Amino acid sequence: MWEFLSRLFGRENEGSKVAAKERLRLVLVHDRTSVSPCLLETLKEELLDVISKYMEIDQAGFEVNLERGDDSMALVANIPIKEMKRALSRTKN
Amino acid sequence: MPGKALVITSGKGGVGKTTTTANLGLGLALRGHKVALVDADTGLRNLDVVMGLENRIVYDLVDVIEGNCRLAQALIRDKRTRNLVLLPTAQSKEKDAVKPEQMKELVKQLKDEFDYVLIDSPAGIEHGFRNAVAGADEAIIVTTPEVAAVRDADRIIGLLEASGLYDPGLIINRVRPDMVRRGDMMDITDIIDILAIPLLGVVPDDEGIIVSTNRGEPVVLNGRCRSGEAFNNIVRRLEGEEVPFLDMRGDGILERLKRLVGLR
Repeated sequence: MWEFLSRLFGRENEGSKVAAKERLRLVLVHDRTSVSPCLLETLKEELLDVISKYMEIDQAGFEVNLERGDDSMALVANIPIKEMKRALSRTKN
Repeated sequence: MPGKALVITSGKGGVGKTTTTANLGLGLALRGHKVALVDADTGLRNLDVVMGLENRIVYDLVDVIEGNCRLAQALIRDKRTRNLVLLPTAQSKEKDAVKPEQMKELVKQLKDEFDYVLIDSPAGIEHGFRNAVAGADEAIIVTTPEVAAVRDADRIIGLLEASGLYDPGLIINRVRPDMVRRGDMMDITDIIDILAIPLLGVVPDDEGIIVSTNRGEPVVLNGRCRSGEAFNNIVRRLEGEEVPFLDMRGDGILERLKRLVGLR
């Protein structure tokens, strides 16, 4: 009875294609980002260039990774700093 | 002017690559183009049976590559039109009997003689796929409106780009208008939204395909079949003609009534 009512009035009506599309969308977010370690490496190099303008980074400990949750992705970077550049602190003052 | 080589691929198995290759090949040939079909699924060849040419095989692709025969000796002429030949592959060899560079050279030779070279790719993304893609100028991706098939298609699009094949044409196979209407099957817009590549054709699910495969007679030969009509439309689009897509929602009672009274 409840099923009938909810089909009559509610979301059941929209059919299983909505579920298919949503599941596909999520799985592709994961798939597409995991396809290219090459892209991650390029990103890492460019980040290093930009950050190095302002501070000295410990390159060996520099890490950039994609971390996935249940329904989200995050770009997580760990950037150990060796030393701040003097030029930067001077412009700040 | 050399011809054009198209690879027909999908990632996932069982979505209709071989049927598509057979129908597009025969369709193009019937419209006057010289066409060569290449079965790149070494070890699991099927294009020969779908075309109904399995009894005529003497030499195969691996024989050509190993130098056991000349290319021309391995080409099987179709029984329906002189414009079409099939290059079958070996059934008893492994996929790595062929290297991508060899495949490239072979396809190049075929392009000198034929307007279209259609390469039927195996499922998967390994050696056989790389061989199939090696000599291709353009790609056609076949998918069905299912999560697994569309996901694999997306992966293949990425891999094709990595090999320099951009904007493959998409064929959505086995669409069931009744299920689309109920909202129980992803429709064309849903899939195009996700994959973001140009649509080349939509083929309805059709018992006629099974009947025609049973007989070894591709369904393009049957003008009254909806799927045959869909494949013929794709052939014309490949020639550059603008052909409207079949209306996949057009089988409802209301639509049928409208057609009956001449409203559409």
